[in-house]
Amino acid sequence: MDNEKLGTAIVITSGKGGVGKTTTSANIGTGLAMMGKSVVVLDADIGLRNLDVVMGLENRIVYDLVDVVEKNCRLKQGLIRDKRFEKLYLLPAAQTKDKSAVKPEQMLELVGELKKEFDYIIIDSPAGIEQGFQYSIAGADQALIVTTPEISAVRDADRVIGLLEAKGVYNPKLIINRIRPEMVKKGDMMNMEDISDILAIDLLGVVPDDEEIVISTNKGEPAVIEGKSLAGKAYMNITKRIMGEEIELLNLDSNNESTFNKIIKLLFGK
Amino acid sequence: MEFLKFFSRKQENSKEVAKERLKLVLVHDRSDLSPKLLDMMKGDIIRVISEYADIDKENMAIKVTKMKSEKDIAPVSALVANIPIIKIKDNKKSAI
Repeated sequence: MDNEKLGTAIVITSGKGGVGKTTTSANIGTGLAMMGKSVVVLDADIGLRNLDVVMGLENRIVYDLVDVVEKNCRLKQGLIRDKRFEKLYLLPAAQTKDKSAVKPEQMLELVGELKKEFDYIIIDSPAGIEQGFQYSIAGADQALIVTTPEISAVRDADRVIGLLEAKGVYNPKLIINRIRPEMVKKGDMMNMEDISDILAIDLLGVVPDDEEIVISTNKGEPAVIEGKSLAGKAYMNITKRIMGEEIELLNLDSNNESTFNKIIKLLFGK
Repeated sequence: MEFLKFFSRKQENSKEVAKERLKLVLVHDRSDLSPKLLDMMKGDIIRVISEYADIDKENMAIKVTKMKSEKDIAPVSALVANIPIIKIKDNKKSAI
């Protein structure tokens, strides 16, 4: 055995589009880098590239995932270094190709190479369950399922959990995005227990619906960096749980806003 | 527990509606069997059991669910049948 490091590849997937996979990938990847880990965030959404703009790295792209896979460039040339964290890299998707440009075996090989160099490989999967999903999960050791508290998103999440199992990716963890505590309180939105019970998988974290996400996406700066917003804090918690820390879930069912804020302050300081 | 609902001031929350609808739709989504195959299987099961007992066909339920296996990390599919028996038949083939 050699003493190469062997990182962990985590695919972020959902089935349904628009639930926050890319935002989640950007925040978790950045969060891990903030904790001192070496990270590649890999945009697997060929043809609909977006992780670059969410990370604020769109102006630096020269090569992309397809160039790397087809060996038009070396792996190192395809990786774009983040402007804030030196151990954080982006491997952007190709924008002018389609999902047939990458095969699962190629992805498996690529992720295998990346795992020798980095602690974490975060794979931002495209929506859907076709080719793009199939190659996205090919090299993954773990899967995180992103859903929102809506019937359609939860249903698709359930389908994806089944497909992951069929491919040998077991024990996916759940991230519930865009929870609105006031609607949960009124009984007009499924809460985290409802959703994790129905899907029968472990909950990794809950991210509240937060305007700050829109603002941070506008700026190309993942919310976890500034870290003051609720969503930013939720993503940092998720990051730490991925690293094995035990951190309590945000109490979003709290009776009033001020108690809620107090708990946040207790948990995070400030 | 029904009486508790009676005393609660609100009518059913939309979240409960969502949960019920979701659970129902997932039962179908999760079964690897097509509804047609499941129906055929149900017919055969009824036929076999009817040789031994009168069953309540109106209130029987046969479905496929996923459950966590104790040994394995991969969940397994399980055929769950709830077949109310009205009366055991005095079978011509006497037991043993």
